[in-house]
Order: sequence, then C-alpha cells, then structure tokens
Amino acid sequence: MIATAFSWLVFIGAGLVAIVAALLMVTRRNPIHSALWLIVAFFSVAIIYLSLNAQFIAVAQVIVYAGAIMMLVLFVIMLIHLEAEQELTSKKTSAKIIGGFITIILFLEIVAAVLSFQVTGTKGPFTPQMLANYGNVRSVGMVLYGKYMFPFEIASILLLIGIVGAVVLSKRRKE
Amino acid sequence: MPTLPEVPISLYFALSAILFTIGAIGVITRRNAIIIFLCLELMLNGVNLAFIAAGNALNSLDGVVFVFFVMTVAAAEAAVGLAIFVMIFRLKGNVNVDQINLLKG
Repeated sequence: MIATAFSWLVFIGAGLVAIVAALLMVTRRNPIHSALWLIVAFFSVAIIYLSLNAQFIAVAQVIVYAGAIMMLVLFVIMLIHLEAEQELTSKKTSAKIIGGFITIILFLEIVAAVLSFQVTGTKGPFTPQMLANYGNVRSVGMVLYGKYMFPFEIASILLLIGIVGAVVLSKRRKE
Repeated sequence: MPTLPEVPISLYFALSAILFTIGAIGVITRRNAIIIFLCLELMLNGVNLAFIAAGNALNSLDGVVFVFFVMTVAAAEAAVGLAIFVMIFRLKGNVNVDQINLLKG
C-alpha cells in the first residue's frame, strides 16, 4: 500500500517535472537555457526509470545523456557563440501553426491507440523479485552478452565510426 | 482505507506520447539547428520510456537492451551532428536551418 502510493507520487511528480521542463526547453529563445531545461527533463525521466525497475538504464541515462551528450552540446553552443544571436522572427508563422496542429493530431492518434491497447504476450522470466535477488546490472549483462551479442558488437563499430566521423568532419582543412 | 491500484502502463505510454509530441512540435517550429537536435533527443527519450514501461510490464529485459542501443545511436549521432553544425557555422556564420541550402547551386 505504502509502496504503491509512493510509486504514484513518484510518477506524478517526475512526470509533471518532465513535461514542464520539456515545454520550457522548446519555448526558450536562448539555446543554453534550452539545453539546461533538457537536462532537467532527462533527470526526471531517469527517476521514472528507477520506479520501473530499470536501475542500469537510469544510471546510464544520467551518465550518457545528462552527462556526456549534453556537455558536448553545451560546449558546441559555447564555441559557436549562439547565445548572442536572436532567432529571426520568421515570416512563416502559418507553417508553424499548421505544423503544430498536425503534431497535435499525431498526439491524439497516439493517445487513442494507447487507450485501446491491451498489453498481451507471454511474460518473461525477469520478475522484479528475480531482478532484486540476482542484480539488475548482472541480469542486463546476461541478456546483452548472450542473446544480443552480435548487435552489441555492431554497436561498438557504430561508435567507432561516429568518433572517426566527428574527427574528420571538424578537422580544419589546409587549402 | 481503499486500496490503490498500481500505476497503469497506459499512463506511462501517455507520458511517453506527451514527451514525444513536445519534441516533435519543437522540431517542426524551431529554426535553430541545435535546438532541433535537442528536441530530437527529447523524442528519443519519450520512445525509451515506452520501451522501459513495456519491458517492465512484461517482466522482460529486452526493452532495457533496446534502450541501450538507442542510447548508443544517440551518442554517435550527437558526435557527428555537432561536428556538422560546427562546420556549417564556419561556412555560413549561423546554424539557421532555413539558410542551410548549400546543395541548391
């Protein structure tokens, strides 16, 4: 009873913080403020991951997203000095209104799909009890290095290509 | 004292849909390439939340593994995308997507 009430509390609190931070992220003019609000949204989504028995992903979210990727974005914003530039008051407000309207329709479609959807399928072996006994990271490792061994290796090659690509792209060419 | 039900999975899916939609609105309405990139990250996060919620409801770890791969792709995308933004900024002096029409001749 107490645990259920606590999980409702965590869901409502973290969910509201995530939505408000996301809205502020989209509407701020200064890109640095946008990036900082996005970090707030990432943290609250990480809290929701914790209440969903995904401790490994919650920690990875904080380290990879809120730590590494957002630090990279903040460095780039600092380097190319975007905060001085005001966004142009675009003439295309009609395009924005139509685009926003279509996206709202997309949202209503997703909500309709979710409301008419029943989770079916056979349940897997990883109950919360088993995860707590055996260890979350250990179980993720067993799946990742067992069933998903080949995709994991491909992902490492993808990261290597990303590193090489970033270095090649941002190198200043000598004329 | 009435018993409280567990948080239903459809609420997690609804939160995921809200985050995805806010990100999509940002991608469509903003013109600054870096803010569009941030909104893309928010959309990926909404999808990740749906993966984790479904995996938790089905007692499966496949959702966690898929989120792991999405994070890998997002990290590679961030590195390459930001390098491209830096290059475009060197070339044009801003990163407004309305003015990035280099292939137009």
